[in-house]
Amino acid sequence: MAEIVQEEKSEKGGKKKKHHGSAHVDMTPMVDLMALLITFFMLTTAFSKPKVMEIVLPEKKKDQTEAPKIAASRTLNIILGPDDKVYWYPGNADPTKLPLPVLQLTDFSDEGVRTILLDRNIALFKKIDQFNDDIKTGKIEIPHDSVPEMIRRLKRDDDTGPIVLIKADKRATYKNVVDIIDEMAICGIARYALVDINYLEEGMLKVALGEATSVLPENGNK
Amino acid sequence: MDMTPMVDLFSLLLTFFMLTTTFRPQEPVPVDTPFSISEKPTPDNNIMTLVISKDKGVYFNFDNGSDTSFHFRSKILEQMGAHYNVKFTPEQLQKFEKYNASFGVPIQKVGEFIDAKDPNDRTAMQTGIPLDSADNQLANWILYARTVNPNIKTLIKGDGQAEYPIVKKVLDILQDKNVNRYNLITNLEAVVVKKTE
Repeated sequence: MAEIVQEEKSEKGGKKKKHHGSAHVDMTPMVDLMALLITFFMLTTAFSKPKVMEIVLPEKKKDQTEAPKIAASRTLNIILGPDDKVYWYPGNADPTKLPLPVLQLTDFSDEGVRTILLDRNIALFKKIDQFNDDIKTGKIEIPHDSVPEMIRRLKRDDDTGPIVLIKADKRATYKNVVDIIDEMAICGIARYALVDINYLEEGMLKVALGEATSVLPENGNK
Repeated sequence: MDMTPMVDLFSLLLTFFMLTTTFRPQEPVPVDTPFSISEKPTPDNNIMTLVISKDKGVYFNFDNGSDTSFHFRSKILEQMGAHYNVKFTPEQLQKFEKYNASFGVPIQKVGEFIDAKDPNDRTAMQTGIPLDSADNQLANWILYARTVNPNIKTLIKGDGQAEYPIVKKVLDILQDKNVNRYNLITNLEAVVVKKTE
């Protein structure tokens, strides 16, 4: 630490102490202040910027009378229920074709909804694997930097993978929605849509939750 | 003891942190964004942010564009005021331009909100932007933000616990205003996704 040089007052005739070298400036307060400021800035700095997930929705058409037709065999409906529950059923629910599909319970874990999605998307993954193998063995010769683009094209042109319809119940949370969209990205699902839940599915969800005994309201005329 | 190297190092660090720090404005409500694997960084400018809080409040924010000389914030507020017959003084417009956090007050109260001296008064005024069909101010904010700044990108910062109906409502308003491409703000999660708690 900086020292305080005391002038020695000697008796008359005594020599004054000579100051050698540099003058000592007490730097302790400055260092204290700097340490404080550094701590402050270190604690307030956030290095990681938040990330974003991009979503593109189809344009809203004013004169849309009919929903676009999609193959029922490829359709997978995911219903987000309360308390982070996820239900799913394949195909579509048609009130004229009984019995209605039964909702199956799953969750957001690795063995849950992800396994279901990956199982259905296996054809696409096989295609991508095949493509990667072909590049390694030299069957396909393309510039290295166009490989991701080709894989993206494979995903886009894929017509065997599932079409996932995401339907969120009133009691689902925003986190559920983000999680399931994230799951689509993880599983490489090319086609998915956020769709409104319909009354049949609401009924099916109620049955699955044990809140009602039949899918349609008991006193309903439908 | 010679402290010169230590002081040198300290000043270097201090300069570094001072220059890299960007002060993020305080949000009116705490928002816990959900996690995702997306690694796309948030755009820096030309953005409008819709904040959805846990208790169904919706807050709005937009920036001045890539350059402060565009004065987008004051222009948007002026047009919005003209739509609702609310007049703002040049001082208020200037003050609003510098106010950088999200706000959630009805347009009729924005003047009062800007003039408030006490931050606590401001907080008390933040009740969320009206968005029901009778008085859909959020839709107009989005409309004017996009007419003034056509390059504006839409960000949605929602709390993970926000209920779906309010999210749906905001998405519907966006779709109504022909915003079909937007970004959901999330935190980056490790590649191995955790099991739900």
